[in-house]
Amino acid sequence: MALTTDHSSPMNRQRSGFARSLDSGFVWGTAAVAIAVGLLLAVIALQVGEDALPAIQKFGLGFLVSSRWSVIDGEFGALTQIYGTIVTSLIALFLAVPIGVGIAIFLSEDFLPPRIKQPIVFLVELLAAIPSVVYGIWGIFVLIPILRPFGIWLHETLGWIPLFATAPAGPGIYAAGLVLAIMILPIIAAISRDAMVAVPAELRQAAYGLGATRWETIFQILLPAGFSGIAGGVMLALGRAMGETMAVTMLIGNANTIDSFSILSQGSTVASLLANQFAEAGGLQISALMYAALVLFALTLVVNILAEIVVRRFSLKL
Amino acid sequence: MSSSVSKTCRSLFSTSAIRFAKLQGIALMVGLASCAPNTPTAPPQAGGSPGAAPAAGGTLAISGAGATAPNPLYQRWFREYNTQNPAVQISYDSVGSGAGVRRFLDGTVDFGATDAPLLDKERQALPAARGQALQIPSTGLFVVFAYNLDGVDNLRLSRESFCGITDGSITTWNDPLIVKDNPGVTLPGDPITFVHRSDGSGTTDIFTKHIDEACPNWKAGGGKTVEWPTGTGAKGNEGVSAQIQQTRGAIGYTEYSYANETKLKMASIQNKAGEFITPTPEAASRALAGAQVPADFALAVPDPEQKDAYPIVSLTWILLYENPQDPAKAKAINEFLKWAYSPAGDQAATELGYIPLPDDLSSKAATALDTIKVAAN
Repeated sequence: MALTTDHSSPMNRQRSGFARSLDSGFVWGTAAVAIAVGLLLAVIALQVGEDALPAIQKFGLGFLVSSRWSVIDGEFGALTQIYGTIVTSLIALFLAVPIGVGIAIFLSEDFLPPRIKQPIVFLVELLAAIPSVVYGIWGIFVLIPILRPFGIWLHETLGWIPLFATAPAGPGIYAAGLVLAIMILPIIAAISRDAMVAVPAELRQAAYGLGATRWETIFQILLPAGFSGIAGGVMLALGRAMGETMAVTMLIGNANTIDSFSILSQGSTVASLLANQFAEAGGLQISALMYAALVLFALTLVVNILAEIVVRRFSLKL
Repeated sequence: MSSSVSKTCRSLFSTSAIRFAKLQGIALMVGLASCAPNTPTAPPQAGGSPGAAPAAGGTLAISGAGATAPNPLYQRWFREYNTQNPAVQISYDSVGSGAGVRRFLDGTVDFGATDAPLLDKERQALPAARGQALQIPSTGLFVVFAYNLDGVDNLRLSRESFCGITDGSITTWNDPLIVKDNPGVTLPGDPITFVHRSDGSGTTDIFTKHIDEACPNWKAGGGKTVEWPTGTGAKGNEGVSAQIQQTRGAIGYTEYSYANETKLKMASIQNKAGEFITPTPEAASRALAGAQVPADFALAVPDPEQKDAYPIVSLTWILLYENPQDPAKAKAINEFLKWAYSPAGDQAATELGYIPLPDDLSSKAATALDTIKVAAN
């Protein structure tokens, strides 16, 4: 097939001046857009940083380790929110990564005829299109009433484990984490599937040729080869989980203290704090909220840098 | 100037215009014409059909922003007033009191609205050219304890009981204090889930100021956002209502109008005189009657003395400029507010579960409105 394609014309024809200037214009244009996106990020960070300055000067790094958020006394610290952000995201990843990668394996192999597989791929990706407020409402009216008895059972039978030390009041970190897991599942599944489909067919054929079973091929060839893509998807999902606002605000219970390290207790995240308080904030509170936003910004950056390191160290050299 | 016009025009197109179009097709076209280039002599053009003659004076598009709690009433008022006075269209963004005050101080709206009286430093932030900030009460609000408890229809809560629920010292429904308040009622041993607002809110401000006054053990103070010692936070009045509906054994505070609309059960609570009062607009309006009103109308009744008054009550305010940028609009706002104080306005307030202002208060407010430098006829 490829051999019959005619390659001759573009090489031999003399390119006009107009075509060349169009080419260089295109290069400069795309470069400008790419740089502008980077600049935009920098400008947003600077702006948020500038608005946060009064709070940064007043509280310094103590902001990160204090869990007091008192508008009346003008004392602010975001430890509760930072903790809540990390814990809900970890719960979401803990649940969504195995399932998401599992879905990706299932849908990238030839277990199913394409006629059945395509609709499933579509349905999984459709999960990503549901607005987060719908997830929130669904969580309040459907998920929490189902989860609560299970949470009470967990607390009563496994209450000696610190993770289940408190009785669930309904909303809580566990509910927020679970809904986040559902929300990030399609991101992980879709990107992982793409990564595994993109693994060169020669690798797979070579593995079979050497006598590897399907299991061995999946776990020793396909997953390592697709690792950087899967890790990229997981990081994108983590970013979504850490920044998710609406659904989390509706499901986490918005408690501004860390009572215990129980996942059944209520908490709040940086994003839910911002969503709750920004509209009615004034004075130093605004600046403290900006500081919290900056912390979320930094948290996302750290996660991405870590992801880059992980991917570089462990991805299969092809 | 032109930017403020274009802003009001945009908001006119967005919300009121749609509603308005159903009522007054022709006047809408006049309204569109007044949004066209900013010269008073501009002929009607944008969308104007040949038959549409410009009405005398044109249409006034007034925009306001602020408190969410009175929003249902404001929307109803603006709609009714508009049907009677098609030349005046008022649009309102219910963005919250804090944002309403900020927009008022920035001068990007024709009026602001807030549930919490202006602070001194906020008053000083108003540009000198606008004169003094006037804070005019529009209506009264009251906050109720709504609850979800099967088989208990008329819950009564003494001060000790609701203080204990709020600060977390009472954790089950069959606590001796609650049992004592409700003779002859079987209370279950379910845990109490206290639901409060998670977002900064005027409702929280009204509620916690009463709690701060009534409860000796309350330490979190009173304000739009406080450090709750216990409970679940839900966003917005609707979030609190949903949470209460979903959770057996839940109790929380919401605006009466919301609890009424969502058919939640409401507790009778004990006032300062020791009486148990069922929350009704009549009982709530008694808390405002005969009160000494300060010159800036920042009337606060955190714990009313009257024997038959419902205790968790507050006013909500409209913010106006003494020296308005557009005197014609200011005149229209004045006329609107005086209409809102009239029986027609009062009726809408009562129907939606708000408290009409007592006559002495509304006549004082009307006098204050006359100090605004509005356009002469």
